[in-house]
Amino acid sequence: MAKLARIRISDDEASRTLAQLNDIFAMIEQMRAVDTEGIEPMNHPLGGSQRLRDDVVTEHDRREAAMRNAPEHQDGLFLVPRVIE
Amino acid sequence: MTNPNWEVVIGLETHAQLSTQSKIFSGAPTAFGAEPNSQASLVDLALPGVLPVLNRGAVERAIRFGLSVGATVNRRSIFARKNYFYPDLPKGYQISQYEIPVVSGGGITIEVGGVEKYVRLTRAHLEEDAGKSLHEDFHGMSGIDLNRAGTPLLEIVSEPDMRSSAEAVAYAKKLHELVQWIGICDGNMQEGSFRCDANVSVRRRGTETFGTRCEIKNLNSFRFLEQAIEYEVERQIELIEGGGRVVQETRLFDPDRVETRTMRSKEDAQDYRYFPDPDLLPLVIDDAWIARVGSEMPALPEVQRSRLVEVHGLSVQDAQALTASRATVDYFEAMLAALPGEAKLCANWLMGELSARLNREQIDLARAPIDAPQLAALLRRITDGTLSGKMAKDVFDAMWNGDGTADAVIAARGLAQISDAGAIAAIVDEVIAANPKSVEEFRAGKDKAFNALVGQVMKASKGKANPQQVTDLLRARLG
Repeated sequence: MAKLARIRISDDEASRTLAQLNDIFAMIEQMRAVDTEGIEPMNHPLGGSQRLRDDVVTEHDRREAAMRNAPEHQDGLFLVPRVIE
Repeated sequence: MTNPNWEVVIGLETHAQLSTQSKIFSGAPTAFGAEPNSQASLVDLALPGVLPVLNRGAVERAIRFGLSVGATVNRRSIFARKNYFYPDLPKGYQISQYEIPVVSGGGITIEVGGVEKYVRLTRAHLEEDAGKSLHEDFHGMSGIDLNRAGTPLLEIVSEPDMRSSAEAVAYAKKLHELVQWIGICDGNMQEGSFRCDANVSVRRRGTETFGTRCEIKNLNSFRFLEQAIEYEVERQIELIEGGGRVVQETRLFDPDRVETRTMRSKEDAQDYRYFPDPDLLPLVIDDAWIARVGSEMPALPEVQRSRLVEVHGLSVQDAQALTASRATVDYFEAMLAALPGEAKLCANWLMGELSARLNREQIDLARAPIDAPQLAALLRRITDGTLSGKMAKDVFDAMWNGDGTADAVIAARGLAQISDAGAIAAIVDEVIAANPKSVEEFRAGKDKAFNALVGQVMKASKGKANPQQVTDLLRARLG
């Protein structure tokens, strides 16, 4: 799971996290025991529906500001450790 | 390339980039080819605290697509997060739709070798595109351009209904035509606006269950699609016949070597951990919206084609050519509106003179210097006998070069054809009187002499005499 989430954890943290995860799984088991037959799944805790915006360009070039935030950049590109899949 | 022992099974996932002005969840522009990162807004950069707001134009295009393929437009659909890590995906997830997509079902009829086939669609869902990683050497690092991040896509998923590369190509072409026709995607494959992933498997003929499939990613031309499938089918058959077994995996097509190769196998297949995106409420589409979109849709190509044949009496070939694009058929309709009842003449000039000229000068129909009403006005001067076909072509050239309307050119050059019987008779009589030798020869049975006389009359009239009337009158006089 740590690999999937790309996080590095120590053995000590791993055992603590394991205990917490087991608690969560226990809670999930408890929830699964509830009969949900015929109940529509809730996709969002808030009611209502998605607000839409008109298809209009409202944002303009912020590259300079964005680049100031980046550890490394060149020719308008953000630079990251080399990735080849 | 049909193999007697093996059946090929193909399903396609197609990403059509929607032709909106702004991105699906932000107000940044979607134009192609801008300076790197100049079209990446705070939302596209995934800065903390930003929230996505859905673009109505993207939803509307999805509705249009659903209606055009006879699918269900879901009244309620859900956005989900598809989680994976890659530097060109700054949020760490792509917003997509998972359990309930905006469009379900529907299908497309294709034709291969004169046989029609219905290819069912599973679904079509809205999602955002990722950015672009550039792996050229930036002193050992990769460059990231997030202009494309957040560009709206409609992913169109077919059922595994295709049985050959030819069917897959026919399906992709039909879909490509359709998305442009209904104006939801510019169809530009070089720029990646329309790209396919192919799921390919083989099974022994007569087998019920599907074989293990491989997915070939990112095919951005019809030729690559065909080549990739053919290579992959051969590879799988050889593998199985050699005693091996197909492994489920994602493969990449290498167009230079015309082969596919492993990109990632199932063992490290991604676990995307989809879950509903808490930043987005359910997308609700009401009946009124669907009805309005439906009422604004253009007639589909096949509907237009049969109308051209049945109502306007054109040949199937003409109808096919006229519906090559919406622009073409719109131009034709506009001509016909100005010149009712002359469908064949309009079609001939549009696909003949005008198309040839556009091709030669590499101009789009939309930017033609002669618009449909202007061309129709020229053709009117043929139907009313003012111009011969030959003269009309000269006028067409003049109009093309900006000399004004057909009537202006005719007036300026004194081009009007002479159809007045009295005027033609006078010239005919003059020519007969001046050419006793030709008249003699004709009476002696030489047809050539007759043509010479016609030529003389045309010359005397400076090419303006109505040729048919000249021929008729000459025959009557010489009778």
